[in-house]
Amino acid sequence: MKPAAFDYARPDTMDEAFDLLEHHGNDAQILAGGQSLAAMLNMRLASPRILVDITRIEALRTVGTFDGAVDVGATVTQDRLLRWPGLTTQPLLTTVLPWIGHPQTRQRGTVCGSLAHGDPSSELPLVLATLGGRVILSNAKRTRTLSAAKFQTGAMRTALEPGEMIVSARFPTAQEGQVYRFHEVSPRRGDFAIVAVAVVADSEGVTVGVGGVADTPSVRRIEWLETDAFTDAMNEFAWDLHATNDVHATAETRRGLVRRLGAKLIEEARDALSLC
Amino acid sequence: MLYLSADGRHPVRFTLNGRYVEGEAEPRLLLTDFLRHEIGATGTHVGCEHGVCGACTVRVDGLVVRACLVYAVQVDGCRVDTIEGMADGDELNDLQLAFQRHHALQCGFCTPGILMSLSQLVEEEPHADGSRVREVLSGHLCRCTGYYGMVAAVMEVLAARRKAKNV
Repeated sequence: MKPAAFDYARPDTMDEAFDLLEHHGNDAQILAGGQSLAAMLNMRLASPRILVDITRIEALRTVGTFDGAVDVGATVTQDRLLRWPGLTTQPLLTTVLPWIGHPQTRQRGTVCGSLAHGDPSSELPLVLATLGGRVILSNAKRTRTLSAAKFQTGAMRTALEPGEMIVSARFPTAQEGQVYRFHEVSPRRGDFAIVAVAVVADSEGVTVGVGGVADTPSVRRIEWLETDAFTDAMNEFAWDLHATNDVHATAETRRGLVRRLGAKLIEEARDALSLC
Repeated sequence: MLYLSADGRHPVRFTLNGRYVEGEAEPRLLLTDFLRHEIGATGTHVGCEHGVCGACTVRVDGLVVRACLVYAVQVDGCRVDTIEGMADGDELNDLQLAFQRHHALQCGFCTPGILMSLSQLVEEEPHADGSRVREVLSGHLCRCTGYYGMVAAVMEVLAARRKAKNV
């Protein structure tokens, strides 16, 4: 339970970080909060030759509203985002952040690190996908912006290329008339979610995101066609996720949770909308 | 830019419970092992070594963190607080005394980490309720007590501190 040997570099600027990442390519791994990475290294599931600790780079510590989105810098912790006064501009994040791990892991774990880790059951990739958010990636030469769907390519897989790092993540701010709901089911609070569901509802319909079932968060739009149409739509959605059996839950349990959580949250959101 | 090679031992200096300490560490050395083997501060316990059990919880610059998920070289220049800094000599502090009164520990293996988490809670959230206390405790595993005594102890300390400060 001790990590294999690695070089440790702590750049002070983005340029220094890019130089290191370009020079070391696949041998380098970015270290921010380390709440997933350090555990994986302890268990020897990964053994990078060099860790590039980005936590002292001033430019990556910012959080603010930019371009209609909450822009979260690469080293902003989950706890810091939760305490940020401007978070009222995106209530879904306010609701979801307390579900991530525990207070102790949120004080070190970063928002962007969770996105880069890409665990299928983690909450932040689900929120980013459901809101239609984006990830800003840079290397020494260029910056590109990817949608959540293009960024996460599979379970623990992302479109990050060697030499590249996440600079920030952008969660669109709330639009007037939108209502948000989130819930997840896990054996104990703070454990990995068996199923997590986020919904964003407006007068036209509802966007439903499901995490914990497929390799990546899955998002579907359902219009308010008729009163109970969403029950059938959620059933179809549940089957389309191709749930599998594992030690935590059977495929059938997962499908059932998607249907019931989905329907419950959609109904709640619809009721809240009609009160608006 | 700081660059530390994998095979070298590098100086690490920080303030531990208000006292300056220094030692040497390879980059891969965990803060838990640095505290215990390099400094000799064995109050911080090592449980699961992958961030789940919470036994090794310490405070770094006031924040509550798992010492098994932090490398010693990362805390160079920081302020680190561990269970050894909680009592004033032989005088236990209010949280420790409340734990004793409420039988909030049995074997004591998980206790140092739990007390470090709770020290932040009672400092920063004087009005924390039972569910918030349970949320903080959810980051720790205790196989003896069932947590009931811990919740009672914290609630008592929170009330006493509020009364003392008249808040």
